[in-house]
Amino acid sequence: MERRGGVMGWEMSGERAPPSVFDLFAGFFMVGICGFGGVLPWARRLIVEQRKWLTAPEFSEMLGLCQFLPGGNIMNVTIALGSRFQGVAGAVAALVGLMAAPVAIVIGLGALYQEYSEVPAVRRGFVALAAAAAGFLVASAWKIALPLRGRKLAILAAVCTFVAIAVLRLPLAVAMPVLALASTLVLWRFEA
Amino acid sequence: MSGSLLDLAIVFGQMSLLAFGGANSVIPEMQRQVVDVHQWMSAHEFAAMYALAQAAPGPNMMVVGLVGYRVAGAWGAVVTTTAVAVPSSVLTLCVAGAWYRFKDAAWRKALQAGLLPVTAGLIMASAAVVVRSTTLGWTEALVTGLAAALFLRTKLHPLLILAGAAAAGAVGLVG
Repeated sequence: MERRGGVMGWEMSGERAPPSVFDLFAGFFMVGICGFGGVLPWARRLIVEQRKWLTAPEFSEMLGLCQFLPGGNIMNVTIALGSRFQGVAGAVAALVGLMAAPVAIVIGLGALYQEYSEVPAVRRGFVALAAAAAGFLVASAWKIALPLRGRKLAILAAVCTFVAIAVLRLPLAVAMPVLALASTLVLWRFEA
Repeated sequence: MSGSLLDLAIVFGQMSLLAFGGANSVIPEMQRQVVDVHQWMSAHEFAAMYALAQAAPGPNMMVVGLVGYRVAGAWGAVVTTTAVAVPSSVLTLCVAGAWYRFKDAAWRKALQAGLLPVTAGLIMASAAVVVRSTTLGWTEALVTGLAAALFLRTKLHPLLILAGAAAAGAVGLVG
């Protein structure tokens, strides 16, 4: 999966001139096309390694904010980065650039699915694909839960969230503010 | 049609501001809305949409576009994607500056620490909800377990794992 420099028409510039609105659109357009199995590594490559719009620590700081805020992490990165260099126009250009190709591709895939989902081999393929994609979520859950090891209160907060959403099926709009507030207050009071 | 476009916009617009931790933490809420509340599709179909989105390029938020397409065609995809993108983007736009200013503030660190286990719980809930609707029998359970192990233990590209599973299913090894 390693692709180097010029393959996608990108050149290493070396200097750190602020990207134009078009640069932001075009850069994230490529990220949107390339981002099979997760966009983040491709976005990091573009921003830090190829275009040098941010340094590695600056990128980590920005990503930290974007993971903290609600919404797609990488969508938030396009907004934070775009607005930093070109204001609202830059934010919109970067976000639209990121989403344009994937939305078009998804519409195509949806149409294909609708057309062929009754073909037995396709249907069986989808059953297995769905099972493997579920495995991806299991792996993500495992990775995100590991750092909680040995922290009783943090584990309690995670388990309460799990029960509220997966078992009781409470609406997220009700559960989320309560859980977030309770978790923050309890951890701050007893763990910090 | 316009009625369901409006419903789609409302459902995914509010999900935007609840998606702490990204798309994967709102999968149970999405399933609840799409399958239980609005009955746009079955739980199994929803799981297939999730799988298809995982296999497609782009942000993993793309499951939203697929659901939109399934419910209301191409415009549905555009409406849901826009609805899920705009509210959180406006928030990010407003908050980004302040966030750097309060970099070392105690409340910011407390909030960040408090949200982490909640996000972990949300992703665990997503895994449980999706696994429940994809596991039709023991072969699917096996595929899920095997795929999770490969994602965690190997450096194989995720797309390769997904493609392998789909191929195994298509030739009749699963199901």
